[in-house]
Amino acid sequence: MAARVVTVTSGKGGVGKTTMVANLAIALAVRGQRVVTIDADVGLRNLDVLLGLENRIVYDLVDVIEGRCRLRQALVRDKRLSELFLLPAAQTRDKSAVQPEDMVQVCDSLREQHDFVLIDSPAGIEQGFRYAVAPADEILIVTNPEVAAVRDADRIIGLVEAEEQGPTRLIINRIKPDMVRRGEMLAVADVVELLAIDLIGIVPEDQAILVAANRGQPLAFSSDSSSAGRSFHNIARRLLGEDVPFLPLREPGVLERLFRFVRSEGD
Amino acid sequence: MGFLERVLGRGEPSSSGAVAKERLRLVLSHDRSNISPALLETLKDEIVTVISRHVPIDAEGVEVNFSQNARETRLVADIPLSTKRKRRKR
Repeated sequence: MAARVVTVTSGKGGVGKTTMVANLAIALAVRGQRVVTIDADVGLRNLDVLLGLENRIVYDLVDVIEGRCRLRQALVRDKRLSELFLLPAAQTRDKSAVQPEDMVQVCDSLREQHDFVLIDSPAGIEQGFRYAVAPADEILIVTNPEVAAVRDADRIIGLVEAEEQGPTRLIINRIKPDMVRRGEMLAVADVVELLAIDLIGIVPEDQAILVAANRGQPLAFSSDSSSAGRSFHNIARRLLGEDVPFLPLREPGVLERLFRFVRSEGD
Repeated sequence: MGFLERVLGRGEPSSSGAVAKERLRLVLSHDRSNISPALLETLKDEIVTVISRHVPIDAEGVEVNFSQNARETRLVADIPLSTKRKRRKR
């Protein structure tokens, strides 16, 4: 068994990479996959708090690289899902502490015992991005339907192509269906056409994401409660090779609402 | 936007979403090719100079633009030849 190493990256910060990694890891682990998440954002550690594991960290990625502990000792096991682990980022160091070869080595040591290694890449195109994509077998690019995020995603796609890495697939996060319907937001089809890469997921804007982050209890734990939660599970299923149709994101139009109203009146 | 269009859920062509798409299309072309708008102007001027040396062209009508096909970017030049008929008009 050899794990697939999947790096989640975006170029622009704040588009939802860490939330994506936390939820995909859970959605995969729920399906019986043995998952390790690596927080590659050295100096700006966050995956631990989103996963609710911040109080259980003893060692971190840089401790492993610099030989202060064995890899096994640094992995934090999630008590809710026995096959989900976190390798936390160092908080008091910076990105110069990690080289691309270090990440390749760490991931290679994880390959045998796990099915997925999910790497949460830092924003930007510098050292942090470089070492986060170095060990990747596959790359997921997260973007939002707005000009700055799409432009940065395009830069990242160009860099990944130049390095001949990939395959690369796209996740469009934080879609607001009502704004798309009014023509006030780029639609999924627009973003896919502009970036010209394969789409693996669409996640609608959902206030439940913030509530989940507040509690350290990612949405993917309860798949049926929210549209974003379902979207994360669908992406995990597509990663596992299932052919899952994309959720219809359109908000009901006026006519639809009218029909529903008429129908419910008739009941 | 008219009532009917709103009911049908169609945005205006100049809605901000459509504007974003058009602006991005151009920005991405410049980014991908590493050709700035200024460089594009220079290219256009030099193309006009070189071609005019051999054939009479309508310099005002020359257009040099990007064309995208998936992730492949092309530079497309549209160069109208100045015909005798056109010259007589002037």
